[in-house]
Amino acid sequence: MIERRSLLAGTAVLPLLATFDVGDAKAATPKGIVVMAKQIDDIVSFDPGEAYEFSDNEVDNNCYRKLVRPAGGDSLAGDLAEKWDVSPDGLTFTFHLRKDAHFASGKPVTAADAAFSFERTVMMDKTPAFIVTQFGFNKDNVTKLIRAKDEHTLIFQLPEVAATSFVLYCLSANVGCIVEKAAAMANAKDGDYGNGWLKTHSAGAGAYQLTSWSASDHVILDANPHFGGPVREKRIVIRHVADPATQLLLLQRGDVDIARDLGSDQLKAIAGSKDFHSVAAGQADSMYIAMNQAVPVLQKPEVHQAIRWAIDYEAIAKNITPGTWSVDQSFLPAGLPGALTATPFHRDVAKAKALLAAAGLANGFSITMDYISASPYGEIAQAVQQNLADVGIKVQLLPGEQKQVITKTRARTHQLAMLVWGSDYFDPNSNAQAFCANPDDSDKSTLKIIAWRNHFVNATLTKQALEAAKELDAKKRIALYHTMQQEFWKDAPFAFVLQKNAVATMRKGVTGIVMGPLPDYTRYAAITKA
Amino acid sequence: MRRLRALAASVASVPVTLFGLVLITFVIGRVVPIDPVVAIVGDHAPPQVIARVRLELGLDRPLPVQFVIYVNRLLHGDLGRSVMTSHRVTTDIAHYFPATIELATAAILIALAVGIPLGVFAAAKGGSRFDHFVRVISVGGQSVPVFVLGMIFLLVFYVKLGIAPGTGQQDVLFEGMVPRVTGMHIIDAALSGQWDAVQDGLAHLALPALVLGYFSLGYITRMTRAYMLDALHSEHIITARSKGLSAARVLWVHAFGNVAVGLVTVIALAYANLLSGAVLTETVFSWPGLGMYLTVSLLNADMNAVLGATLVVGVVYVGLNLLADVAYRLLDPRVR
Repeated sequence: MIERRSLLAGTAVLPLLATFDVGDAKAATPKGIVVMAKQIDDIVSFDPGEAYEFSDNEVDNNCYRKLVRPAGGDSLAGDLAEKWDVSPDGLTFTFHLRKDAHFASGKPVTAADAAFSFERTVMMDKTPAFIVTQFGFNKDNVTKLIRAKDEHTLIFQLPEVAATSFVLYCLSANVGCIVEKAAAMANAKDGDYGNGWLKTHSAGAGAYQLTSWSASDHVILDANPHFGGPVREKRIVIRHVADPATQLLLLQRGDVDIARDLGSDQLKAIAGSKDFHSVAAGQADSMYIAMNQAVPVLQKPEVHQAIRWAIDYEAIAKNITPGTWSVDQSFLPAGLPGALTATPFHRDVAKAKALLAAAGLANGFSITMDYISASPYGEIAQAVQQNLADVGIKVQLLPGEQKQVITKTRARTHQLAMLVWGSDYFDPNSNAQAFCANPDDSDKSTLKIIAWRNHFVNATLTKQALEAAKELDAKKRIALYHTMQQEFWKDAPFAFVLQKNAVATMRKGVTGIVMGPLPDYTRYAAITKA
Repeated sequence: MRRLRALAASVASVPVTLFGLVLITFVIGRVVPIDPVVAIVGDHAPPQVIARVRLELGLDRPLPVQFVIYVNRLLHGDLGRSVMTSHRVTTDIAHYFPATIELATAAILIALAVGIPLGVFAAAKGGSRFDHFVRVISVGGQSVPVFVLGMIFLLVFYVKLGIAPGTGQQDVLFEGMVPRVTGMHIIDAALSGQWDAVQDGLAHLALPALVLGYFSLGYITRMTRAYMLDALHSEHIITARSKGLSAARVLWVHAFGNVAVGLVTVIALAYANLLSGAVLTETVFSWPGLGMYLTVSLLNADMNAVLGATLVVGVVYVGLNLLADVAYRLLDPRVR
């Protein structure tokens, strides 16, 4: 989705831009205002109970606070919750809230606001609600099970047991943003819990508050005067700039302080310049090739292995996506708790051919592969096509718009498909469930994620995914995910290729943006410019 | 009477044209291989949310029923709600369209100011080096893709020479500072007396208007030249010359005066093309107009927004066409 607008403006002139001498950075943005160029045309709603796109999630993370927040690596720390207790059976969480936290309106944050926030998410039942309802909460029990004990104590009682870390990671996602009850209800209409108003306003206790949004144009955030911590710049302006090449131009001319979507070509163009610097963070976004098990030739485990051994991962990362995607071969991307960072597969044509021969396909076979047509997916698909051709697999490429490819894979009518999956929350269960669990392969299934979309049924992995989600012993849980990833490498009809790196490129003197592995974790509060 | 009948026929064709436009756009929007519900709620939404939204949007009904419902709402002025902005599509169009009008108007003014004199003089000096030069200029305007031209203009005037501001409608300093009245930034800034914002707005308008203006300039120049060549070879011009009238008077009064009526249609169509065809220019220059709204809606499979914006573009195109037709009939005595 990110790169597709390049078709409109960038592709034809990228070589020109890459070689054009644009000189040093010149002008500067006004003091106290940080201007960021970013693709923000994915924004649908800023209501934390509804927002589920990259850009609105990132903005929400800076306008709201949650009970817990990431604290580097895979650890969590209290945010609005000073501390919390978990009952020995793992069912009851008691959060003790800070007494000094205030919403942008100046009102103090209370446990009633926290309980209300979860209640409205479950009652509205928009897309992100499943992150809460997967624990067993529903419209009938949520107000009874998530409640304010007193002004600063929140009881969060699970209907059924779940791994403690799993629950906490889910609460650190944007669905755990605490909304000011009074503001939301003052603007509620027809029992919508203020959803209509919160789509375009904020009512949080985060470092910033939403001042204005014009779709596909700009977002303006102003510092929350009641925020408990330091906020370095009074205003953040996020300008929608669709084309990465134009983002680079604006950065070089000093019209923006931070560019968020530079591609490999743009990063190469300014590599080594003392006027710019970048921060990058591995994202919980994985690029993978799915092999639909409805296709007979793809049912053979040797074929899965042959495809994995045929791909030249390093060459793709080095030549097509330097700086923006790196090699990663596990269903848990590096950085996620429990992720295996080993890369057991590398290009070995002889081995891949031998595996095909063992599968009775010594002469290879022909197959189609759907892929997202925008850059860099198109170039990667062509590289994969060439790699597979070398071992005798003739791939016909079928390009499509991202939503078109997704629609096709959801209908299970593809053969091979190259796609990207982003974790819903910072817990291994998100990807483990998506790629391993398929308890019902029929059309009536209530779990139609990636394994289902590819008719991948593995009873052991399905069972292990469920067990890991409920395992209270943290060490045992991580060990279980390690086992699952190794089993996955042996049997599953997926080839994981790359992991995304999010890069923020800044002008000299601009610092402080904290890039998270998910948009929900990226923070602006410390951004400052000299 | 005959003139009135012809006019009535033109007016009567408008609803038919618009109905055809709505039907085609609606069908294309529904048969594209993208599930609009998944486009709205996202790939990760659980099956029950997808089923509920499909029901809410009426997408579980047969296509003809969906179309009848849509047309019924349309006749009541309801274009539905955009899932991308959460606003009514009519509200969105009122928000984004003025920026496109502002850009297209500036572009057509540039195209007229430059294109008509070029066309007139090229015809007057037919076959000369100047005529060939004008031909190159006008063919360039018609054949160079507008996004390539946009990027080249940005590179030259913004990056290299530094004499033009970058993309966007205004500087970040004025973001949210100009009260919205007409939706056209420069006019609103002038109405509020913020002359520095007017200056900034004009500076931001210059490059996209030049790019878009150049696109129309080619067409207007070519048509003006062709009309003028016809006029300059007509008998009344020979008569005027033989009467000893000055070359300028012959050219501008007797020749151009006669072709001006024909140019009304050309200009109206060029303007309609600019209003509807500013998509790429708006994308390159991050200009928050209807073209960008339409592009983003299309990429997000926001079908209410796509249908609404397409319909507006269609109405504008058909409306301007009709206006040109009427003006032509009123102004040209030969078709009376």
